[in-house]
Amino acid sequence: MYVLGIETSCDETGVAIFHSQQGLLSHHLYSQVKTHADYGGVVPELASRDHVKKLIPLISRALSAAGIDKYRVDGIAYTAGPGLIGALLAGAAVARSLAWALGIPSVAVHHMEGHLLAPLLEPDPPEFPFIALLVSGGHTQLVEVEAIGRYKILGESLDDAAGEAFDKTAKMLGLGYPGGPEIGRLADEGLAGRFVFPRPMTDRPGLNFSFSGLKTHTLTTLAATSSTRQDKADIAAAFQEAVVDTLLIKSQRALEETGLVRLVVAGGVSANRRMRKKLHEMGREKGYRIYFPRLEFCGDNGAMIAYAGCQRLLAGHAEPLEIRARPRWPLSDLLPP
Amino acid sequence: MNLFLPDESATLEFAGRVFQALPSGCLVFLRGNLGAGKTTFVRGCLRAAGFSGAVKSPTFTLVEEYTLPDRSLFHFDLYRLNDPEELEWMGIRDYFRSDTICFVEWPERGAGLLPEADLEIRLTLEKTARRAEVSAHTEKGRELLAQIAMG
Repeated sequence: MYVLGIETSCDETGVAIFHSQQGLLSHHLYSQVKTHADYGGVVPELASRDHVKKLIPLISRALSAAGIDKYRVDGIAYTAGPGLIGALLAGAAVARSLAWALGIPSVAVHHMEGHLLAPLLEPDPPEFPFIALLVSGGHTQLVEVEAIGRYKILGESLDDAAGEAFDKTAKMLGLGYPGGPEIGRLADEGLAGRFVFPRPMTDRPGLNFSFSGLKTHTLTTLAATSSTRQDKADIAAAFQEAVVDTLLIKSQRALEETGLVRLVVAGGVSANRRMRKKLHEMGREKGYRIYFPRLEFCGDNGAMIAYAGCQRLLAGHAEPLEIRARPRWPLSDLLPP
Repeated sequence: MNLFLPDESATLEFAGRVFQALPSGCLVFLRGNLGAGKTTFVRGCLRAAGFSGAVKSPTFTLVEEYTLPDRSLFHFDLYRLNDPEELEWMGIRDYFRSDTICFVEWPERGAGLLPEADLEIRLTLEKTARRAEVSAHTEKGRELLAQIAMG
């Protein structure tokens, strides 16, 4: 079965062709990050308009790179939420209309299901069940994954998402957008241990996160220095270490509490090198296996949507003719295919 | 009205006091830099309304909705907005109704398209404490401010 996957939940237009036996055949991504960098974040309406312009050319490229024409496609998967409503609708409208015109089924995919299944695109994929740590600009969640569509939210951020904390801290330090890579680079020049930031909510039971307070901590720490590049690098290192440690402590706690031994880490923040290193160390020490998607599939992409959609289409899922988009859509609402 | 808020619990308590005075149909602007405590202020309002769930930053979603027993509370964050015109694409007018209370962070990004706020709360960081300045911009707002000041 050939599946076309379309991702447009935020500022990346992702398109991919996945085959149920041959695996991933092609994937293309157009990133609007440059467009939005000047504004320090995504500009919703600009994002929607860009998706509309980029989708059809990207679909043509993905099809020709996969060596098929559109009449060979057996089903279309698109991100239906959560995300920015205008951006979601751009992808949903193209996907649903194209499926209708070709007389093939289409399936609405949950963006976070796409992320947590992304490591299954790799050789030696994780077996079910596992714990998924989903960390991006809009989400921070720990999920117990029993099987595709069987998700239990164990904990989530009560205020700012981890990626948002990176973006805002970067802004306070005068760095660019997106904040994660900028902080990571600056932190490499930083002196570890000059500043120590709190690890929010790790001193009490539970698996929820809170990153909002780190903003105040960054501001007061910065104000007490003369804001040289070295000061900022030391702060970036302390901030990154605090976020990574917090994510690590809670992930380890989720593994201990559930008795599971596999941890999948996905979403934009999973590209953070410091986090990859520390989680792998924790895994080696405690006997857990840690899975990451390849770097290019940490952020938003069409491949994960094509993969998740393919699993659901194979099980006979198909959407009615309406075009569906849900800006807010709890992962725990999903059912198995 | 000018208030010194030594810690987070003071901010939450002050927010609760403001919220108790707010009738439905109010629009409140929240000004202040990143980390000034704008979302914490909204959390204080929601706690006073009996809502005990998570109060997430709306930076990513632009608006978070809370359904309270007698009305809806909308928490906007226009931080990412580039052009105020984008508010029209969001259907901003549909939110400001007589049965809602709306809090708007970064209202300057929606200048020209947002109506006048009844109350405006400006939060500034003073070391680890906060200062809140409350001002009124409508007749209703001036009555509310007098009421809040009296406690």
